[in-house]
Amino acid sequence: MAELLSLSEAVAGVINDGDSVAFEGFTHLIPFAAAQEVIRQRRRDLTVIRLTPDVIFDQLIGAGCVRKLVFSWGGNPGVGSLHRFRDAVENGWPAPLELEEHSHAGMANRFAAGASNLPFAVLRGYVGTDLPERTPSIKPIECPFTGEQLTAVEALNPDVGVIHAQRADREGNVQLWGIVGVQKETVLASTRSLVTVEEIVDELEPLPGAIVLPHWTVTCVAEAPHGAHPSYAQGYYDRDNAAYRAWDPISRERERFEQWLEEEIFATEGASA
Amino acid sequence: MSPDLTPDDYMTVAAARALRDGDVLFVGIGLPSTAANLARRTHAPGLVLIYESGCIGSKPTTLPLSIGDGELAVTADSVVSVPEIFNYWLQPGRIEVGFLGAAQIDRYANINTTVIGGDYDKPKVRLPGAGGAPEIAALCGEVIVIVRQNARTFREKVDFVTSVGYGDGPGSRERLGLPGKGPVKVITDLGVLEPDPDTCELTMTQLHQGVDIEQAREATGWELKVADEIGTTEAPSDEELSALRDLLDTQKAAA
Repeated sequence: MAELLSLSEAVAGVINDGDSVAFEGFTHLIPFAAAQEVIRQRRRDLTVIRLTPDVIFDQLIGAGCVRKLVFSWGGNPGVGSLHRFRDAVENGWPAPLELEEHSHAGMANRFAAGASNLPFAVLRGYVGTDLPERTPSIKPIECPFTGEQLTAVEALNPDVGVIHAQRADREGNVQLWGIVGVQKETVLASTRSLVTVEEIVDELEPLPGAIVLPHWTVTCVAEAPHGAHPSYAQGYYDRDNAAYRAWDPISRERERFEQWLEEEIFATEGASA
Repeated sequence: MSPDLTPDDYMTVAAARALRDGDVLFVGIGLPSTAANLARRTHAPGLVLIYESGCIGSKPTTLPLSIGDGELAVTADSVVSVPEIFNYWLQPGRIEVGFLGAAQIDRYANINTTVIGGDYDKPKVRLPGAGGAPEIAALCGEVIVIVRQNARTFREKVDFVTSVGYGDGPGSRERLGLPGKGPVKVITDLGVLEPDPDTCELTMTQLHQGVDIEQAREATGWELKVADEIGTTEAPSDEELSALRDLLDTQKAAA
């Protein structure tokens, strides 16, 4: 059964320095509150994994929590660059950042392979691009039946999978709906998992199209209302596009970013983002 | 060009016109999404919009800022997971048109969205990276690229091949086993380029009103090939322009 914990207990309990941690949520249900608690607890040397690093990883990278990034698209959607990510890659600030770079199709398949306990996944992808030369977890493979050349990508099995969902019941069964990204695969592929939810309810009402992660697949659940903000939680609140735009000037200069970190993260406690 | 028309308006309208009613389209965010939604509001109401967030058949009433805005999910025919959108929908060739942007593009329409300058480990500019583009470029029936034309972007050689156009030229896509036809149009703020049927080299086939060919040459980092008979983009109609303004207003209103 999943343990119900406070967000700070949950982060302290499942995420250690040096761990590989996937924070998933494709535009929707991005686990901001959990990532900000990781910053607050000053975790270091993490390998962070996510298809779209987005503002959430800009914050983790700028705060110095990250040693290595595994990803497929690192921008501020509809706005522009991730300035802390760029500063780390281009100038090594606050620390050099190792990259393992894929495409979305490759990353999605890596999580699916991890969830399936397979060493790799096969897809039609990457051929003719410069990515295989840079990324050792992409290799050509021959189909044993037809001889066709395809591409293999190494499975992802993070130490910890972190996602945000709409709700959970008191046993820790988790329910999420809307754009579901690769969250199910992330939880099933990871050794441990932390799910933050908008609310804990007595009973989960079945909803068409919703995914349920049974309590026995989840390590711990923490209530974190508004925990996906500035992304959104369908049925609860909309994407705060203005906050995504506001991130651009905050993150552009190191000084202003550090001030943000001090005021919005270290000077605050608790679950809300 | 009339004073209230910008080069971007021409680009967006030209890109919208390149889409046929009923096409099934993989849409990226930004200019491709604006153009696709303009087409749906004008001549192509039956256009099927697919977003990599897993939204199939989205019919947004406001212009989304990201590829996963809630509006795209609640107006979709179906919402599927990210592994599914790539494996079951894109990979088998079910999607007819892919719409891509670029930070650099070369004469064979190979696209870079990864790094500029320096080397890969210490680039001058770190760009967002691949996203869905390499597989969209490989596997969609055909590709339309929408990108502003200038000598920084239109390069003799791209610094990194993120997505393949025509590789080294004729026969490249076949040798690599890429099933889609590749880029059939590159639509810019100056005009339209299309691959030469024999050499695959991007050739300027159309200029927007008020643009002369010298401007296009200067905005291209290689010796630009020009079609024998170059066309002129018909000015945006009142209907197209008012639909475009309405669409952009929906995004401002939502901000």
